[in-house]
Amino acid sequence: MPITRRGFLKVSGMVLAAGGLGISIKPISAYAKPLKIKYAKETTTICPYCSVGCSIIVSTTGEGKIINTEGDPDSPINGGALCSKGSALYQMGTGNSNRLTKPLYRAPYAGDWQEVSWEWALDKIARNVKKSRDKSFRLTNDQGQIVNRTEGIASVGSAALDNEECYLYQKFLRGLGLVYIEHQARI
Amino acid sequence: MTNHWTDFQNSDCILIMGSNPASNHPVSFKWITKAVERGATLICVDPRFTQSAAKSHIYAPLRSGTDIAFLGGMIKYILDNHLIQEEYVKNYTNAGFLVNPLCKLPGENGGVFSGLQGETYDKDTWSYQRDAEGAIKKDITLRDPSCVYQLLKKQYGRYSPEMVSRITGTPGDKLLEVYKEYTKTSRPDKAGNILYAMGWTQHTVGTQNIRAMSIIQTLLGNVGIAGGGIQALRGESNVQGSTDFGLLFNTLPGYLAAPLASHRTLAVYNEKLTPKTTEQRSLNWWKNFPKYSASLLRAFYGMNASLEEAYSYLPKVDDGVDCSWLSLFDQMYKGQFSGFFAWGMNPAVSGANVFKVRQAMTRLDWMVNVNLFDNETGDFWRGPGMDPKKIKTEVFLLPCAFSFEKEGSITNSGRLMQWRYKAVAPPGEARPDSKIITELYFRIKKLYEREGGPLPEAITRLAWNYGTSDVDGGRAEVDIHAVAKEINGYFLEDKIDPASKRAFKKGEPVPAFAFLQDDGSTSSGCWVYCNSYAEQGNMSARRGKKDASGIGLSSEWAWSWPMNRRIIYNGASVDMKGVPWDAKRAVISWDGTKWTGDVPDGAGNPGSERAPFIMKPDGVASIFGPGLADGPFPEHYEPLESPLKKNLLSPQMNNPVIKRWDRPGVGTEMDIARSADPLFPIVCTTMRVSEHWQSGVLTRWQPWLVEMEPALFVEMSVELAKERGIKNGEQIFIKSARGQAEAIAMVTARFKPFTIDGKIVHQVALPWHFGWATSATRLYGPKDKKPELFTYGNAANRLTPTIGDANTMIPESKAFMVDISRKGAA
Repeated sequence: MPITRRGFLKVSGMVLAAGGLGISIKPISAYAKPLKIKYAKETTTICPYCSVGCSIIVSTTGEGKIINTEGDPDSPINGGALCSKGSALYQMGTGNSNRLTKPLYRAPYAGDWQEVSWEWALDKIARNVKKSRDKSFRLTNDQGQIVNRTEGIASVGSAALDNEECYLYQKFLRGLGLVYIEHQARI
Repeated sequence: MTNHWTDFQNSDCILIMGSNPASNHPVSFKWITKAVERGATLICVDPRFTQSAAKSHIYAPLRSGTDIAFLGGMIKYILDNHLIQEEYVKNYTNAGFLVNPLCKLPGENGGVFSGLQGETYDKDTWSYQRDAEGAIKKDITLRDPSCVYQLLKKQYGRYSPEMVSRITGTPGDKLLEVYKEYTKTSRPDKAGNILYAMGWTQHTVGTQNIRAMSIIQTLLGNVGIAGGGIQALRGESNVQGSTDFGLLFNTLPGYLAAPLASHRTLAVYNEKLTPKTTEQRSLNWWKNFPKYSASLLRAFYGMNASLEEAYSYLPKVDDGVDCSWLSLFDQMYKGQFSGFFAWGMNPAVSGANVFKVRQAMTRLDWMVNVNLFDNETGDFWRGPGMDPKKIKTEVFLLPCAFSFEKEGSITNSGRLMQWRYKAVAPPGEARPDSKIITELYFRIKKLYEREGGPLPEAITRLAWNYGTSDVDGGRAEVDIHAVAKEINGYFLEDKIDPASKRAFKKGEPVPAFAFLQDDGSTSSGCWVYCNSYAEQGNMSARRGKKDASGIGLSSEWAWSWPMNRRIIYNGASVDMKGVPWDAKRAVISWDGTKWTGDVPDGAGNPGSERAPFIMKPDGVASIFGPGLADGPFPEHYEPLESPLKKNLLSPQMNNPVIKRWDRPGVGTEMDIARSADPLFPIVCTTMRVSEHWQSGVLTRWQPWLVEMEPALFVEMSVELAKERGIKNGEQIFIKSARGQAEAIAMVTARFKPFTIDGKIVHQVALPWHFGWATSATRLYGPKDKKPELFTYGNAANRLTPTIGDANTMIPESKAFMVDISRKGAA
């Protein structure tokens, strides 16, 4: 017989009630724990994936550990719903041991990465930027027009940055004189 | 979007074409479903029977790359059956404008418009007739043979259902079913909506695809109303914001064009870019351009430079030079760049023709890659086919904070700016991008202060006052709220606004962009965001749930640009007397003294006859659009790689003004294209799945998502599989003129072969989320991150061609030619 979703749940319930579980749940219910998020701090965020902009509640413990993420029912856009990516947001946080946590450096012709300090990396990058800019900067073009641009450095990125970061980044790049500035919007 | 996500519930008919929201914007389907529950019809037009098609009332298949033919047929249907919203068309569009008689259309001109010179158009003939005073001549009855409306009829008279069906492969009865249903929305009280995405933009005729629908929507009177408009379903959570803030070579924040070399001074720049109009009814809002350019220059340099100096520091692109994505990687391949920032991007997977992109990276002296995980770009030097011992590039892989590890705002596809908060600190030594950028800036600034160099002031005089920096210039803590306030803007001196006579004090936030000044007395990082963080505080952090509108505007939740307006061009939602076309779903209403409802846009007081499309110089919607590179009307051309030898519609095969990288001396040896080639007889398109996002750079590292979608697959018809002896689930090769990828065959009855001009043409589709960095077969060193679950398959962009749209240069990733074969075959 065709079985609807509701019908399926009803049937399962009957099976459980008839002792289909095979164990007694009486002792467990006496020790029922409160929801793990009962004492958590809640902050809201917006999903980082597509452009619908679903709102998500992130629950964290006092020790700064994320213990839950779920849709924010107050948002008029998603009203608590999330797709598979948003629902999996939890896996982007605490506990994903594959997150990059240290600056890495690959030397010319090297076969692997080495861990370096931020100071060292940022100093070296700054020096590289200056070197590339100084040798490729053009005050004027072939027609003699003033162009004040850095032809030897390009940048792509990013639709994943916050608005304030996008604004800072383009200010930084244009201050340096870059014209080859692109990102996801172009592809 | 002109409208916004929850507004979909107000539509009477929704056309899903060039997109697949059920898969790629899943939560938006909530609002589509609500519309359907209210009686709306859902139409899906797509080469594949997608998840969105499965929910639709009408599904029509069409061959990738033939959308203009399909839509041109709909325009013909509208005109033949006089299904226009007449009052709207006559008063709110340029349908009645008289066009230069020298303007020739493709039907009478060998498939191209008048003025083609080599690979560009001289657009002189794409102009209007003017009277002695210079005003545009018009025929309000739309009968003059040289008026836009009659030219439109002439243009699309060639797009008969028979012709369209031959080109698209859509059965004739299906075409008419779609046309008939959608054009019911020409009634003033019916709203038709279009949801599109990369299925329209990633073509050599991408811009014209969208133009074709804009023409349909304006003919039907659907722009500016609830449930109507034109919706781009964008791909990333903040691609709207990143575009608003000018991270493209040709725009500065707020869509001010990036200055060219010929714009020698600020005055010349303003003069060239400030539009003028002779139309009395037009508000011509961009006439305020000099206020926005001056305020932006102040945001860059504060009072550290005069406006003229600040303007001179801005880098200038040479006139006519393109520095967009395809050009960027072409220049990189040719060795132009010593340095490269891949900041929160993975071009080694997401760029078209990734073999070229990856090779290009080997020519760099240095690369800075900022990201959350190991990825194919930062690791390009040890990717498949690479020998690290031969690659000189030094690479910095910098760990950054994730979205809930920092505070800031993002803007969704509906222009809604929403603030988000820091839940936890970033792991290990990962840092927010704002901090990395700031620290780099201060280090570079110090080097220039100490050692000098070319035009150091462009760097050293930038205004960068967002929190404390220590004596060293490093470790600056960035106050994100200070950045947001600078974006909104403030007065730099006491000022009386000349127009309103309102007095402002130095340091006061600018309450609205109407008060920005052109004399340097105001600063604003992005004029369209002015009002987002003014005297009422951080508007994007608001959480008001009340919706007084009845049409889902939710005007108290967060903030949308401009000015918290939710539906733009809503001035077109009322007639010339100010009465809403549809009282039941009014967007704005006149209460006797003012407009109520949404923030009014372009609506003068009733009876003022102000033209509502205020961002267009002439105030009306463009049915005839002379501003584009490839024609004032959309015209069907075949994709660069096509199954056909000839364009069935005209003698012109491809868009005549696309940049042909495959020609000698233009691109490189890696820019091969093969059209009508028996070696690559199958049409191919790229697509996405719900469980992965973009290049997979985040989602391929999450076991819950990889478990659901672990492998690259190629979706194909039962008929094609049978022809090639391929069984569902077996490994195959898919190859194009650029390269090859290995994948799993997904054989399905949902995909059917097309009949194009009487011949069978097969099409396949594959997702582009996969890459080698999370695969089981790559080498993982002892310190390398290793995913809990491996993925199978490489980048689909190994297959895509180096060719872009004539206006935007977006790569044609949605229509190219391939072949497939069993992996086990000899």
